Amino acid sequence: MTDLVVRAEGLRKRFGKTQALDGVDLAMRRGTVLGVLGPNGAGKTTAVRVLATLLRPDEGYAEVAGIDVLEHPQRVRRRIGLTGQYASVDEDLTGTQNLVLIGQLLDLTTRDARKRAAELLEWFDLSEAAGRQAKTYSGGMRRRLDLAASLVGRPEVIFLDEPTTGLDPAKREDMWGVVRTQITQGSSVLLTTQYLEEADALADEIVVINKGRVIAHDTPDGLKRRVGGLTLRVRPADPRRVPDALRVLDLVASPGNSASADTAAGARPGAVSVPVADDTALDIVVPALRQAGIEVNDLGLHLPSLDEVFHALTEDAPLEAELV
Amino acid sequence: MTTLTIDPTSTDLDIDRPRGGAFAAQVRHSVALARRSLIKTIRTPEALIDVTLQPVIFLLLFTYIFGGALSGGDRHSYLQYLLPGLLAQSLAMGGIALGQNLNADIEKGVFDRFRSLPVARSAPLVGAVAADIVRYLTVCVVMLGFGTIMGFRIETGFLPAVAAVALAIGFGLSFCWISVWVGMLVRTSGAVQGVMFLLIFPLSFGSNVFVQSNTLPGWLQAFVHVNPITPLVNTIRGLLVGGPVAGPLWQTLAWMAGLLVVFVPLALRAYARRA
Repeated sequence: MTDLVVRAEGLRKRFGKTQALDGVDLAMRRGTVLGVLGPNGAGKTTAVRVLATLLRPDEGYAEVAGIDVLEHPQRVRRRIGLTGQYASVDEDLTGTQNLVLIGQLLDLTTRDARKRAAELLEWFDLSEAAGRQAKTYSGGMRRRLDLAASLVGRPEVIFLDEPTTGLDPAKREDMWGVVRTQITQGSSVLLTTQYLEEADALADEIVVINKGRVIAHDTPDGLKRRVGGLTLRVRPADPRRVPDALRVLDLVASPGNSASADTAAGARPGAVSVPVADDTALDIVVPALRQAGIEVNDLGLHLPSLDEVFHALTEDAPLEAELV
Repeated sequence: MTTLTIDPTSTDLDIDRPRGGAFAAQVRHSVALARRSLIKTIRTPEALIDVTLQPVIFLLLFTYIFGGALSGGDRHSYLQYLLPGLLAQSLAMGGIALGQNLNADIEKGVFDRFRSLPVARSAPLVGAVAADIVRYLTVCVVMLGFGTIMGFRIETGFLPAVAAVALAIGFGLSFCWISVWVGMLVRTSGAVQGVMFLLIFPLSFGSNVFVQSNTLPGWLQAFVHVNPITPLVNTIRGLLVGGPVAGPLWQTLAWMAGLLVVFVPLALRAYARRA
């Protein structure tokens, strides 16, 4: 059996004037998390809907768990779980009723469906709310119920379409825990996200989609390396010493670069950074800072953040061409 | 956490065979989905207004406001004439909510989950239609009950009355597939109501629901004769207050079969296409 649990080749789908998928290839190894990253409207959801048998592509081939999605959708449906972008639980039904219904539709006996529902509700910390209508649930509880619903059939492959959109950070991390647990139990997870942090935290490999095309497929670290080398970042304890720190960092700048005040998205002002060739820069910078009498709060070598990678990939057309 | 362990043999072909065969599975899935719709109906009793209060209002309106004028002062005999007709109109209208609910379910993404499960494409629609039996039964009970309070009397007998109710529900179940189809086609659930009213008002007013068709101009009589509501009303009248039944009954059954043959495939196809 092939090691790939999701395989798609040349998927194309057009909605009216929008080419939602313009020749997408995907590959996910068994037992891993594949993060599909892209801006709104990139085609992430369309790709998931094709793989989850909800949508027929205009062109292309897709295989999930070794089964042709277009030829045998029902067989694929027995092996997948899907949690959509919007919590698709039935608000008028209770938590238990929602999960039991899914179990019955998956051909469990009513008794097994109830047992499985109780297990999942307990695992997702929803036992107390099990008998309440889902419309009384908070946003986070609905998401958990929705995720539980996709796990009723113990799926081999789980599709999560922006599973944490709208969740607060603590709930988001709970969700990440759930995803990691699924992997340890043998499932494979394909998740779409707009949060680079999320892809970085969960994904073994990342596919970047923009305008219906895959523009990169690599490990998180690999992606970061492809876009840029290491960056050395220093935060002087006294913000007035920033110009002095810049002079020190210029000593180790890789060819063609110079130190600059940190303006990366979301960065707290007051830090300076410089692209460096390798980690020997530390050997020069640390004594030099000491000698100049600059006290630092923070000093480190970083790969570029996925934010930077993402912007480079989606906005810089020549770079895109180079990477494909 | 042994309970959540994935069975490594889950790729066996066994899991591809639905328990008890494909047909048994489809029936079971439809029943499970019908149960879902019923739970929703019970949880939101206000959604029953169109099959309880609304027919009662029509009954009061036409009996007490128009009834005297239409029948030359004999309100009781007009009620005897009107109620079987209004029953037919109320059943046709009773199906509107179904199309609206299905449209809303699709918009909310609830149906995406059903589509990602190994159930027959038709199961979610068939289940929802089956659950609507309860609403059509409600229409019949409310109208006959309230009509009795207003002075309506069944002039035939118990069995013909039961047959009238059964036929009415059967017609409701056939007619509602139009609403299901419209629900699959239009973008918002509000539009379902608009489209269905455009269809149902000509059918119910251009029939013998409210007045005898021989009082209408010739061209309108021609429409009344080809209107599916007309034979239904004639049959229900025959079964409740007396009159010929066999002829209009066959016509009604033919219409029901025709509605199913045309609109079930249309609705299923529109559902499959709706991404």
